[in-house]
Amino acid sequence: MEATRACPACHQQSPVATWEHSLMVCPHCGHHDRLEAALRIAQIADPGSFREFGADLRSRNPIDLAGYDEKLMQHRKQSSMNEAVVTGNCTIEGELAVVAVMSFDFMGGSMGSVVGEKITQAMFEGALEKKAVIIFTASGGARMQEGIFSLMQMAKSASAAALLEQTVVPLFIVLTHPTTGGVTASFAMLGDVILAEPGALIGFAGPRVIEGTIGQQLPEGFQTAEFQLEKGFVDAIVSRDRLRSTLAFLIRTHKGTCHD
Amino acid sequence: MTKPVELQLKDSVDLLERMATLEPVANERSSWDCVMLSRQQGRPGAATYISLICDEFFELHGDRTYGDDRAMITGIGMIGGKAVTFIGNRKGTNLRENITCNYGMSNPEGYRKALRAARQAEKFSRPIVCFIDTPGAYPGLGAEERGIGEAIARNLKEFAMIKVPILVFIIGEGGSGGALGIGVGDKLYMLENAVYSVITPEGFASILLRDPSRAKEAAQAMKMTAKDLKRFNIIHDIIKEVPEGAHKDPSFTANIIKKTILRDLAILCAKPPKNLVRYRIRKIRGIGDFEGTESWWNTLLEVFGRTQDLR
Repeated sequence: MEATRACPACHQQSPVATWEHSLMVCPHCGHHDRLEAALRIAQIADPGSFREFGADLRSRNPIDLAGYDEKLMQHRKQSSMNEAVVTGNCTIEGELAVVAVMSFDFMGGSMGSVVGEKITQAMFEGALEKKAVIIFTASGGARMQEGIFSLMQMAKSASAAALLEQTVVPLFIVLTHPTTGGVTASFAMLGDVILAEPGALIGFAGPRVIEGTIGQQLPEGFQTAEFQLEKGFVDAIVSRDRLRSTLAFLIRTHKGTCHD
Repeated sequence: MTKPVELQLKDSVDLLERMATLEPVANERSSWDCVMLSRQQGRPGAATYISLICDEFFELHGDRTYGDDRAMITGIGMIGGKAVTFIGNRKGTNLRENITCNYGMSNPEGYRKALRAARQAEKFSRPIVCFIDTPGAYPGLGAEERGIGEAIARNLKEFAMIKVPILVFIIGEGGSGGALGIGVGDKLYMLENAVYSVITPEGFASILLRDPSRAKEAAQAMKMTAKDLKRFNIIHDIIKEVPEGAHKDPSFTANIIKKTILRDLAILCAKPPKNLVRYRIRKIRGIGDFEGTESWWNTLLEVFGRTQDLR
């Protein structure tokens, strides 16, 4: 019997092969399901072009928090990733790019020292090699387990974005589900162009925190990609099947044409 | 007018007595005690320090886009003959003010007002002093609709490149991204009983310890006091308070802040703007604790070399 997989949104079953063929988008309702970093890279990069860097970076336990080392170890084992972001060089339709892909499955995609460092390194790689930098975000925010060090990664990644801007190398952000907290309040909102996947939750404070503040339920569709588009904080919502060609188009159109 | 000798002597004795008791009291104070003190009603806020430090102060209102956020105070002050732009969170000093100031929790327009003040300061070559005292950015509907994430993110990026000196004082609560939104600068100081953290101890307790009542324990584990952050080399120095806390004698702390500002500005204002910004970014870029990377210093220098303003 053919293996099937249920859509987390509409609960309809579809064959696993169909899911994979549709880039993990539900063939029934169009729900964009979370994607592993490796799959994302396979969908975006030209085949065989991806060269990872920064793979050896490992978090320490900067505030000596009980249980953090074990938690990291556990996530490394479960996810076959070393950290919540994968960074590397690749080509997209032949165009050179630096990509960083965050993974929510690794400790909620939270940004600690290593995530902040790899995002910074990715931007500097782009700045020095004159390659567009593309970051796929997916994060619950700063990694609380690293205390003040995680908060400071917001400043670090944002200052890297400031330097990148100064070198006139484009930064493209793709907001995927979910992107909240300290990642939203730093590099995720600093793209020259900001794209979002349909239906993605995008905000600063989490929905439950806001509900706690206002003492009532949030309106339908609050903090979705569509909401952010309406409010003017994303440039476009792009479905997964068009993401690769859209990014290639953006790279080609951000090279400067006036003074050629 | 000078005070009579007897009174001067009494002041000195009082001060010495306070100094003598300072260390033991501060040592005994737990992280949670600091959290409580930092939030205490009556603890001096940005507006109080500004009025104690400045000979004159003129407040500037509004973000020129949406409105004026009372939870953020911005303006220009004269301190020892020098014009300084002040940016600070404002909680208010009584219940009525607490409400109009939203307990110091800014909306996006507060951060945009702060950025406008910083840009204005840069244009007229005037240094900036920031006073941090907020539980965090406001987690409300309007804040999300108007892009609180974008507003903070922009400040982090823009403040990194501002070409005048920025001194940051965490005077009470340093609450997460809402604090960091006016917290990027050249020198970072914390008052003795101030705290600075990525999330409140209550939040940490309920999320990571799965028990909101364990906030006291969380405060300890999070390492959020001035001493902790000094040890981590995140802040440059600790500003003393009288043993009972800054609320007992705001002038005592204000004097130290004023001296610190004058001392630092004498040094930083003399630096070429390019060097100032390079040094600021180098400090930020170096924060993080991990293993497995080679030295980043040369890479950063190369990146500086490719920029328009810092090469």
